Amino acid sequence: METKNIMIVGVGGQGSLLASKLLGHLLLTRGYDVKVSEVHGMSQRGGSVVTYVRYGDKVYSPVIDRGEADYIVSFEALEAARWLPYLKQDGVIVTNTQQIDPMPVITGAAEYPEDIIGKLKASGAKVDALDCLKIANEAGSSKAVNIVLLGRLSHYFDLPEEAWLEAMEAIVPAKFLEMNKKAFRMGKEA
Amino acid sequence: MSKEQTNVCTRELMLGNKAVARGLYEAGVCFISSYPGTPSTEITEEAAKYDEIYCEWAPNEKVAMESAFGACLAGKRAFCAQKHVGLNVAADPLYTMSYTGVNAGFVIGVADDAGMHSSQNEQDSRHHAIAAKVPMLEPSDAAEALSFTKLAYEISEKFDTPVLIKMCTRVAHSQSVITRGERTVPTRSYEKNIAKYVMMPGNAKRRHPVVEQRTLDLIAYAEDCPLNRVEMGGTQLGIITASTSYQYVKEVFGDSVSVLKLGMTNPLPEKLIRDFAAKVDRLVVVEELDPIIENHVKALGIPVSGKDLLPMIDEFSQSLIAKALGKEVPEGRSLDVNIPPRPPAMCSGCPHRGMFYTLKKNKCTVLGDIGCYTLGAVAPLGAIEMTLCMGASIGAVHGFNKILGKESEGRTVAVIGDSTFMHSGMTGLANVAYNQSNSTIIILDNSITGMTGHQQNPTTGYNIKGDPAGKIDLEALCRAMGFDHVRVVDPYDLAQCDQVLKEELAYEGPSVIISRRPCVLLKYVKHNPPLSVDPDKCVGCKSCMRIGCPSISIKEGKACIDQTLCVGCEVCSQLCKFGALQAKKEG
Repeated sequence: METKNIMIVGVGGQGSLLASKLLGHLLLTRGYDVKVSEVHGMSQRGGSVVTYVRYGDKVYSPVIDRGEADYIVSFEALEAARWLPYLKQDGVIVTNTQQIDPMPVITGAAEYPEDIIGKLKASGAKVDALDCLKIANEAGSSKAVNIVLLGRLSHYFDLPEEAWLEAMEAIVPAKFLEMNKKAFRMGKEA
Repeated sequence: MSKEQTNVCTRELMLGNKAVARGLYEAGVCFISSYPGTPSTEITEEAAKYDEIYCEWAPNEKVAMESAFGACLAGKRAFCAQKHVGLNVAADPLYTMSYTGVNAGFVIGVADDAGMHSSQNEQDSRHHAIAAKVPMLEPSDAAEALSFTKLAYEISEKFDTPVLIKMCTRVAHSQSVITRGERTVPTRSYEKNIAKYVMMPGNAKRRHPVVEQRTLDLIAYAEDCPLNRVEMGGTQLGIITASTSYQYVKEVFGDSVSVLKLGMTNPLPEKLIRDFAAKVDRLVVVEELDPIIENHVKALGIPVSGKDLLPMIDEFSQSLIAKALGKEVPEGRSLDVNIPPRPPAMCSGCPHRGMFYTLKKNKCTVLGDIGCYTLGAVAPLGAIEMTLCMGASIGAVHGFNKILGKESEGRTVAVIGDSTFMHSGMTGLANVAYNQSNSTIIILDNSITGMTGHQQNPTTGYNIKGDPAGKIDLEALCRAMGFDHVRVVDPYDLAQCDQVLKEELAYEGPSVIISRRPCVLLKYVKHNPPLSVDPDKCVGCKSCMRIGCPSISIKEGKACIDQTLCVGCEVCSQLCKFGALQAKKEG
């Protein structure tokens, strides 16, 4: 099988490391070779962050280049737009519609573009957008945005729901497990 | 039995740095001393989870390396880790340990940061291996990180040398599949050997030829060791590569080209390279940063391409290599939209913010240092005017003031974090006291090593495992060095910061201001409820925007506070003349 590429993008501190860890575990237990590349350090201080997850029969590079991503999972609308050039021609963007202003927008040096989701769709990309923060809050915690997104992403994978929930059991701390399972199902069914 | 000890012979995903830690465990390492630095930090943090290994944070890399050397001398396998620039700090012991050799095995982890994800320069640590004349291994994924670490100890003991294991950001911070093994603990006894371990000229003269012979022995080893391997494929193109570049090359070419994969990049083999070159029509070296393998191949008189095709700056990727070697790469979509950048920023409630605001307000010249607070150079604060290396702020403020004199002394300060001060600020402070410059030094004491992800340090009172440890009293230390003026301020109190700063800049003599409040991200720090804006009082003057807090923005002409980000530090409300930013009452 040809190597598949998933990019997880967002703003430092949004919980993308847990999402990549969960995906990595899930895909490994399905028998794939997997590589996950993370961001640590300076770029985490509220900056734009990107994590790469690659899986297949044999994976060499830990990173994903322009035009290579099968899926871009975005925690924030502007970040989906920033990383669009990395999407494959027939790739899918699964994105949170939440907007988080970067510092240049806060200080007035730049403007947050209007209707990003509409513009992403107009570019011809397949875009699956949902208000993950609202769903996460309904599930019990604003921190579950990552799991809501994974729930939505699970639509595109030919894997039983059980496999996702098992991966969650292995990765998510026990006290948050039930809430996260709820967030996963709500994301999936949204 | 420690949590991490269980040996499971199954595939698992592991971070490169954690795989090094696993390799250290399996190799029977008993002592680790390191200073944190991205992207090396997790090696020591993960190793500390094994109860069988003594682990510690040292004040700096030089002390860490010397401590680990002492442990290897005493007969147990030892290790220290640092980032590339940390190896500069520890270069002094390294270059002479090359002469003394080791007793039990000694391996030194160094993590380069091509692409400068979290570093002040992009230096190539291979130069240190060459200059110090010690072997260097370079894993290309987590499985190799584990196996190379174990092999490094065998090489160290067989050839009587410290061994460098070089990581890079993409190997250190990528997870790939590994399989665990068992731990065995080789031990040697310490024997007095003045001729080997006391490096004064007479002894060192006898040790240098031993070093040169060892390099020849290591070259012979490099010719057919398991670290270096040939993967023959198509013979039109042969690629010599190492580290993460190997993965990119295989991603692009698979088996369509032949590859000489070097796991040991110092010393480099000769015959292996000649034989490989003879089997291919065209030879290219693919290596990040400096042309070290390429220059070696050229010195052998073999025609080769390298930096004529590939850049000397930044990280590589599969597309970069594909393009450089004439292959097509996929096109991505683009949006005709101006996408504002999202640079890192000081966190909401960061205690550094109040001090930087005060410095900017007083039009100070600020010489900075290494840590989160380097972000004090970013708009809208734009307060820091120089950042060089660990501890440089204090050295530089002294020289700056000596040249510019009185006019500069009244407005120039050094700012340095608590951990950086322990690392290499103390000697700078001694210089200010001894050579008597009228300088003001501000220690930004957030009671943790923040930038690298919250490591303890000698001022926090806790060790790497979070247990109580020695605690250095910064005020007492500064006074003992001869500073009569040592003031402590709370950076959340802008009036106090302003007053103390003005007083100490005016004071004729050296002074230290300790700006003390724990990092807002520390778990024990209690956050206050978010502030709210009274729209009737807010006139939209944007005074509160001057501190560059990510929680504050202007919406429809009025200040707006992000209720999920604000931690209620109330620094912004001290800037509002109209009382529009209000703290919520508890309960």
